[in-house]
Amino acid sequence: MKEPNRPNARARIRKLATFVEETVSEMGRKVDPPTRRAAAVAVIENPYAGRYVDDLSELMMIGEELGELLTQRAVAALGIAGPSAESYGKAAAVGEDGEVEHAAAILHPKLGTPVRRVLGKGAALIPSSKKRGGLGVVLDIPLGHKDAAFVRSHFDGMEVRISDAPRANEIVVAIAVTDSGRPLPRVGGLTKDQIKGEDGLR
Amino acid sequence: MPEVRIRKRLLMVEEIFHEGGPVAHSPQRRAAQLVVIRNPYAGGYVEKIEGFMEDLKPLGLEMAQSLVTALGGDPKTIEGYGKGAIVGSAGEVEHGALWHVPGGYAMREVLGGAKAIVASTKKVGGPGTRLDIPITHINASYVRSHFDAMEVGITDAPRADEILLALVMTTGPRVHARVGGLKASEIRGEDGLR
Repeated sequence: MKEPNRPNARARIRKLATFVEETVSEMGRKVDPPTRRAAAVAVIENPYAGRYVDDLSELMMIGEELGELLTQRAVAALGIAGPSAESYGKAAAVGEDGEVEHAAAILHPKLGTPVRRVLGKGAALIPSSKKRGGLGVVLDIPLGHKDAAFVRSHFDGMEVRISDAPRANEIVVAIAVTDSGRPLPRVGGLTKDQIKGEDGLR
Repeated sequence: MPEVRIRKRLLMVEEIFHEGGPVAHSPQRRAAQLVVIRNPYAGGYVEKIEGFMEDLKPLGLEMAQSLVTALGGDPKTIEGYGKGAIVGSAGEVEHGALWHVPGGYAMREVLGGAKAIVASTKKVGGPGTRLDIPITHINASYVRSHFDAMEVGITDAPRADEILLALVMTTGPRVHARVGGLKASEIRGEDGLR
């Protein structure tokens, strides 16, 4: 059961969703330019649901595929070129017949490379969260600057959920991308114009 | 009349390929445009509020157009719609009712004169409240394959003095619709019902 436009795809996708959020004012103050962030989310079948499997390589390859698809969708939803993205994050929720290790297999070994390819760079760790849960479970996707993890204005999080997923044999996978930090950042720390961008930290 | 003051917008788009059955040739697409505005009447009872409906019309049109764009840009592909509102705790449900006219007018205008009433729901709630927005066919309310709903909400809205406004559009029936009833192909399109 593969959806039609991706004949060679590994991931069996039931549903794709995008969320684009734009904040134009906060506490009555104008946010100018508005902060914008997008999350692209896939609901996929968990090939290992209901049984213990030692080798999780199929999910790792699915992670690679979704890394590209979801990053492209998030960037398209923002209407920006990949290299204009400022921060990013990723998350996954495994349905009740799977293990949290399945989320790890999707998120950690292979998903990051295509994310960075679409965004041009991405020296920083992609912050992540994962959990097991029922339908409608909330994913709080952590966000951090893509080239320097210590940029304080870009520490943030984006909540997403799909009301009918994950079913017991499914996994929800999400990638969030922004073109900005928090709406009115004023807690100091490293700013984006001070980024050296060598070690992914500062 | 009060100014429409926007705090944030959220656009949600879903593409549904299957739900355990055959994969759809063209996936059903649904989109919701949410906008959080200040409630000009929060905090006390105001008798005359009707004028705000007129003020909301440009925002309604902007939201309806945004949905058509998000679903591919062609108004002719839109088959279902719905609307809703969540009023923050310092307001009343009557403030949500202000959305009926401008929300419905905007979608009919953008879709070129859809005939059916726009299904709707509203409530008073805190930040993160979820709203199940009912969806029906744009030209005939009784088309059974298009009865649907989309759950929406924003984690940090509505605050006490805000209203969350929502419009929803879809491009087709439920992905595995098979419970009979009036079909989209059988619409007479005279009364908005059948």
